[in-house]
Amino acid sequence: MITQLEQIREKAIERVRSAANLQELEQLRIKYLGKKGELTALLKNMGKLSAEERPVVGQLANSIREKLDSAMKDRTEALSREAMDLRLQEEALDVTIPGKTTELGKKHPMSIVLDETKEIFIGMGFEIAEGPEIETEYYNFTALNTKPGHPARDWQDTFYLREDSSVLLRTQTSPVQVRVMEKKKPPIRIISPGRVYRKDEVDATHSPMFHQIEGLVVDKGITMTDLKGTLVQFVGKLYGPDAKLRFRPHHFPFTEPSCEIDIMCFECRGEGCRVCKGEGWIELLGAGMVHPRVLEGCGIDTDIYSGFAFGIGVERLTMRRFSVSDMRLFFENDIRFLSQF
Amino acid sequence: MRLSRKWLSEFVDVNVGDRDYSETMTMSGSKVEAIHLPGSEIKNVIVGKILSISPHPNADKLAVCQVDTGKNVIQVVTAAKNMKEGDLIPVALDGAVLADGKEIHSGSLRGEVSQGMFCSVAELGLTLHEVPYAVEDGLLILQEDCSPGDDIHPVLGLDDHVIEFEITNNRPDCMNVIGLARETSAVYNVPMRTHTPQVKAQGPNIADLLNVRVEAPDLCPRYTAHMVVDVHIGPSPRWIRDRLSASGVRPINNIVDITNYVMLEYGQPMHAFDFSCVEGDTIVVRRAGADATFTTLDGIERRLGENMLVIADENRAVGVAGVMGGENSEITDSTTAIVFESANFNGTSVRTTALSLAMRTDASSRFEKGLDPSMTVNAVDRACELVELLGAGTVCAGMIDVDNSDKTPVTLRLEPERINGLLGTDISFEDMVRMLAKLGFTVDGDLVTVPSWRSDVEHMADLAEEVARLYGYDNLPVTSFNGSAASGGYTRRQAMKNTAGAVCRALGYTEILTYSFISPSAYDMLRLPEDDKRRSYLEILNPLGKDTSSMRTSSLPSMLDTLQLNVSHRNKAVKLYEFATVYHPDGKGGAEEPVILTLGCYGGNTDFYTIKGDTESILSQFGIEGAEYEADASDPSYHPGRCARISCGEVRLGTVGQIHPLVCGNWDISVPVYTAELDLEAVFRCSNTEKTYTPLPKYPPVARDLALVCRDSVTVAALTRCIKAAGEPFLKEVDFFDVYKGTGIADGFKSVAFSLLFRSDEGSLRDEEVNACIDSILKEVSDKFGAVLR
Repeated sequence: MITQLEQIREKAIERVRSAANLQELEQLRIKYLGKKGELTALLKNMGKLSAEERPVVGQLANSIREKLDSAMKDRTEALSREAMDLRLQEEALDVTIPGKTTELGKKHPMSIVLDETKEIFIGMGFEIAEGPEIETEYYNFTALNTKPGHPARDWQDTFYLREDSSVLLRTQTSPVQVRVMEKKKPPIRIISPGRVYRKDEVDATHSPMFHQIEGLVVDKGITMTDLKGTLVQFVGKLYGPDAKLRFRPHHFPFTEPSCEIDIMCFECRGEGCRVCKGEGWIELLGAGMVHPRVLEGCGIDTDIYSGFAFGIGVERLTMRRFSVSDMRLFFENDIRFLSQF
Repeated sequence: MRLSRKWLSEFVDVNVGDRDYSETMTMSGSKVEAIHLPGSEIKNVIVGKILSISPHPNADKLAVCQVDTGKNVIQVVTAAKNMKEGDLIPVALDGAVLADGKEIHSGSLRGEVSQGMFCSVAELGLTLHEVPYAVEDGLLILQEDCSPGDDIHPVLGLDDHVIEFEITNNRPDCMNVIGLARETSAVYNVPMRTHTPQVKAQGPNIADLLNVRVEAPDLCPRYTAHMVVDVHIGPSPRWIRDRLSASGVRPINNIVDITNYVMLEYGQPMHAFDFSCVEGDTIVVRRAGADATFTTLDGIERRLGENMLVIADENRAVGVAGVMGGENSEITDSTTAIVFESANFNGTSVRTTALSLAMRTDASSRFEKGLDPSMTVNAVDRACELVELLGAGTVCAGMIDVDNSDKTPVTLRLEPERINGLLGTDISFEDMVRMLAKLGFTVDGDLVTVPSWRSDVEHMADLAEEVARLYGYDNLPVTSFNGSAASGGYTRRQAMKNTAGAVCRALGYTEILTYSFISPSAYDMLRLPEDDKRRSYLEILNPLGKDTSSMRTSSLPSMLDTLQLNVSHRNKAVKLYEFATVYHPDGKGGAEEPVILTLGCYGGNTDFYTIKGDTESILSQFGIEGAEYEADASDPSYHPGRCARISCGEVRLGTVGQIHPLVCGNWDISVPVYTAELDLEAVFRCSNTEKTYTPLPKYPPVARDLALVCRDSVTVAALTRCIKAAGEPFLKEVDFFDVYKGTGIADGFKSVAFSLLFRSDEGSLRDEEVNACIDSILKEVSDKFGAVLR
């Protein structure tokens, strides 16, 4: 009987291992382990064995059953894996076929640059202030130390909504400075982005409507060196740490001392080329210490407080950033242009 | 302002190259725009002397000349006729380049070798203004002091270097050679040579010849006049012509050139009249009043405003003050006596006059910035000195000077601690005094007296700028301010706007930016009725054009313009959004400026329901789930059957719909266009982004579908509302999923399908409970709408 058992073991395990598919495996299970299976049949004859033989044979039979079970299990798994591999192979796709996209819309290129700028200043502790585009002559000029008769007030340069020149389209975001200072006492740390208007005919570098970002810091002991520090930090974040700046004196009615800040030409590194019109530098923004008269006009004590302000042209910043040479593209809004950013 | 470095070197020595000079001046506040080297394009042109002229053996019209070039003798063949033996002529040698870039090479002309070319004035980039003795259509026979072999540049004054400055509005004192020399001397810390004009004045006394009456001292604080008799009008000498040309001013004749020369040197605009044209021997400075028209020097008749300041004689105007002289008193070749006017006029008056006459001149652009009244005398003396130097006439003794100007100097306290406090520096009092002194300020104790030419300096902060720019802005350290700790960030509204933009982009809309002003005709194109409130807009009184004169009260025209542009460029399937500010008059002269989030699209799979769905997505981002959409046939810009007004409770949020075909036609758009207008402020006001957790249901739901047949006029919204109310308390969700018309459904009826979800929080629902709900729903829709189960 032991010989018979061992024969079954050899043969059965061999056949299980080489079963070609799951059906064959099932047949083998029935053949050996089923109710009428060979192993079952053998074991039915156990009663005929002697008391000494019975445990030995029983043990052997159980171990054969276990081995057969586990061989079956292994083979089942192997066969299922093969079957799955086959199916997966059949399911293979051409992964180079374009995906099913939901096309995302794009931010306007100027919004991209504007948002980056906002984020940089927010990181430096600035808040964002807003003000009206239809402004009074007082906020746009008088409160900003721009005297009556100043050329900027000309009807040739500024859009007016009233015959007496009292209401206009703001020519700069600077009136927001005044509006903020009237309402809020220092410390003040704001930027104010927005649309501004000047009576320029439309061409590649001019637009009657454009965008500025005004900055204002007022606190105790604010100095011109702080202004430099702030703008150096801003430009470093916007254009990278290699950007080289120069500060040169300039004139604005509402700042004193005033400066213009140039960035070294990216193209020629200061040698002078077509991009920078031979100067080696490109004008980036205007800035200065807030004129004490402007502060005093807003009720801020200049014995205690001082401040600086700066103004950045968003169109220029964006044109440089994306190498756009014609400003008109920004307001034309051709999707073929907008979708490039 | 173009500065000749030769001219500059008369006042101050700076031995640095043009680039260095430009850089240094720029960094001290006098920004250099460009460096010009007149004549630099001309190469290898020298002075040649004609030794002999002989006829060309093979050509009647040509001559063969032997020319001494200083080094050797060459042969030049020419077609010109105006030369003779012994003449000095500019010769372009082999390899030379002329002013227009043309290269000259040796060659042969009809068999005779020609080793160079004689030049005319034009070929050297010059005109008869610069070289008055030359002829237009022949060779330039040089009358300069020069020898064969000399390079042509210095001979014709083409060796100057010209620096072009951009002078800011506040520094009219730098719009002249002396002013820039003063800056140069301060910046380079080198002494400046000053010059006091010396006039012999050997003519009759001016007081016996001329009266000056200033009737408008408010517009003419000072009027200084000199006279010259026995005037000989002729060309100016080379050095004057060279300097004027370098400065961008065309030489005319000695007297006119002198006035321009003095203007460029001193910054004082001057005018010279023909004295014989001054009727009544009196100059009257007055407002134009009734003088209606006047012909200026350029021969153009100008319409005068009554408040414009004119220079007149007893009977008529002879000049527009500070702008341009009159044709009636112009200097001509026959002029024998002249009046030099060196006056100070009110800057604003000159500016507005020049502006309304549309004639900005060199003189007016200086006057308009406000000039120093104390310089009129020096300037007119300088003019007289030049007259004597040039032998252009006899200067009259004496001078007329009607002076009503305020010459009280401005004084300021020098407060080093305040200046250092503003700059963030530690500059000593003594250093500040030294810097200011270099610029012409005088300091006595701590009192600074501002020089008369610096009317821009009137405050401590102005002194700080003077100190800072001489100290060097680039030498200021870079610091970061600490101040009180501030935490920056977006306000809630700003953050919400950012979110709204992000949702639009996620939905496939691309952002646009459009002008805030539109054409008034856009309101007609939108088919707005006469009494529509969007027709009351703020008008720009001085627009670039009528089509940009209305501050928009609707964002639709800009969106439709943009869609039209994209359609016309054959861009398929476009979806756009704009945060469009519109401007509603507030009745007080100003405006309310709400932002309308405007969506616009065409092509692709867009239809009314896609843009409505996108609108719903945006609102849902702001927690507005219960927005109502009501059919609106009243908005004339939209398709009357495909437009919904959107509201949330009492708050009107906006409109969504298909643009009316007539409006599309007005915009020349041939495809269906869908737009939505959402009042961002209203959306934010209704937004509910506060979230509270609701426990998840414990018991499973029961789902049922329901198809109801009802009249076409019954809206899905009404059915939904009715079903919801009738399905209480177990009906939790009602989702519309289909509407069907056609076979099996009678005309005028439709089948609307909903999927319903029932659930109880108490336990699993039994069929009877759900059926009871359904029965009550069916009864309700039948009672209300006559709807029946399909």
